[in-house]
Amino acid sequence: MEVWKKMREIEVEVKGLNFYYSGRVHALKNINLKVYKNSVTALIGPSGCGKTTLLRCFNRMHDLYPDNKYEGEIIFKGKNILSKEVDPIDLRSRIGMVFQKPTPFPMSIFDNIAYGLKLRGIKKRTELSERVEKALRHAVLWDEVKDKLHTSAYDLSGGQQQRLVIARALAVEPEVLLFDEPTSALDPISTAKIEELIVELKKDVTIVIVTHNMQQAARISDWTGFLMLGELIEYDRTDKIFTSPSKKLTEDYITGRFG
Amino acid sequence: MRIYRRRKMENLFALVLSTIAAFIGLFWLIFILADVLVHGLKGLNLSLFLQDPAPPGIEGGGLRNAFVGQLLITFFATLMGVPLGVLGGTFLAEYARGRKFARVISILSDIMVSVPSIVIGTFIYALLVKPVGHFNGWAGAVALAIIMIPVVLRTTEDMLSLVPWTLREAAFALGAPYYKVIIQVVYRGAATGILTGVLLSIARVAGETAPLLFTSFNNSFFSINMNEPMASLTVTIFQYAMGPYESWHVQAWAASLVITLFILFITILGRVLIRWRYGKR
Repeated sequence: MEVWKKMREIEVEVKGLNFYYSGRVHALKNINLKVYKNSVTALIGPSGCGKTTLLRCFNRMHDLYPDNKYEGEIIFKGKNILSKEVDPIDLRSRIGMVFQKPTPFPMSIFDNIAYGLKLRGIKKRTELSERVEKALRHAVLWDEVKDKLHTSAYDLSGGQQQRLVIARALAVEPEVLLFDEPTSALDPISTAKIEELIVELKKDVTIVIVTHNMQQAARISDWTGFLMLGELIEYDRTDKIFTSPSKKLTEDYITGRFG
Repeated sequence: MRIYRRRKMENLFALVLSTIAAFIGLFWLIFILADVLVHGLKGLNLSLFLQDPAPPGIEGGGLRNAFVGQLLITFFATLMGVPLGVLGGTFLAEYARGRKFARVISILSDIMVSVPSIVIGTFIYALLVKPVGHFNGWAGAVALAIIMIPVVLRTTEDMLSLVPWTLREAAFALGAPYYKVIIQVVYRGAATGILTGVLLSIARVAGETAPLLFTSFNNSFFSINMNEPMASLTVTIFQYAMGPYESWHVQAWAASLVITLFILFITILGRVLIRWRYGKR
């Protein structure tokens, strides 16, 4: 009961969001959705539907490229994070992101995890070590790498690299973690490990995940949003979406009639 | 069947021609290197490095002034050229990525790479020698630096462009400002490549004579004052080789050998670095 109540608390609320690439391509059309605290929200839909675009609005990744334009609001901690006053650099330390392909930095495992901590001004060796260990344990990677923390992160396997990247994002203790198809470049066993990890992580963070894989959304998410051509067609509890969707389009997509 | 035989003939013809061409090129290269080695070894001794030139016509003496001058000029050229080149390359590959004027600057520096070095020598002569009234070491260093900049700039730009964009996004996603992303993540990924470019640019200018003739000129005495004319190996080789004394010729050969070995060493070091970095994965 307690958990359920917690899951009713809104972490991020998207209100009337429109997004334009290069000032003209209308990629997201009037999106409204609520992301609940300590839940996993999955975004599904055919290629090019805007799910990744939506995900990248949450940490203002689109700011890196010229002429992209947001309209509407994304409320996080009582503030519209799309407004000019919010510093995207500060925002990104509270809303972390994990990408499709593992992106370890060209440095040691330890330094990879410590990178975000150092950015936040943590310099004391003991504190760094503690938090690196904590993050690696959190991402269930500690036992595999504890004896080679100072070797290159490139020596790890793809699945380990992806967990390393998750640990790196967790180390700075973000409130929200965004996953952009985190398992599409991994083998089934590594995928299963990452999925388990995501379910485990929602105790501490709110998770939004973009996935191509409908079974994955059904397995790990609490809420699912179905997007098509830049519109959010349906957003509901995952069991509802996958058993009795209210829109015909959603049903057609879920049952594999297109996509 | 006839077509088949004709093709074989054509193939043989092309093979023979290209092999001959390769061997002609290789022959002269080996000829020159062997000649430098044979003649150079004769003049190679310790006093070459430890003594300054003897007065003309008198036997003995060395080229200490030229070795030290060459090192000083190359050192200061590197000090000026490398930071400018690396920063310029960073600007093109990062801050101006994809913009039209970045393309224009890239193409211009490609042209700069192939500008005859004597043109740069005369340019610096007008800029730093004429107003001062005499040849000086600084002018030589600046001339060499100008030759280095486009080389370093283009390799830096290319190497930075090879670093996957997702790596930068990952650093941004952790809340890193752009300059930290560049310094801590992108440079690290491109470090060996940039270093190789720097080494190759040093090798490139170490063998330059023309720009130094117009700028640092030469000095028969030992000098570490960059405001004065300064000796360099290449200019010394030029003068000694043209000079009337047999002992000068011997020393010019020895100096040629030393500078050739130096450039060879740097080039090989650059290659080894590339293989070590990119061959492993």
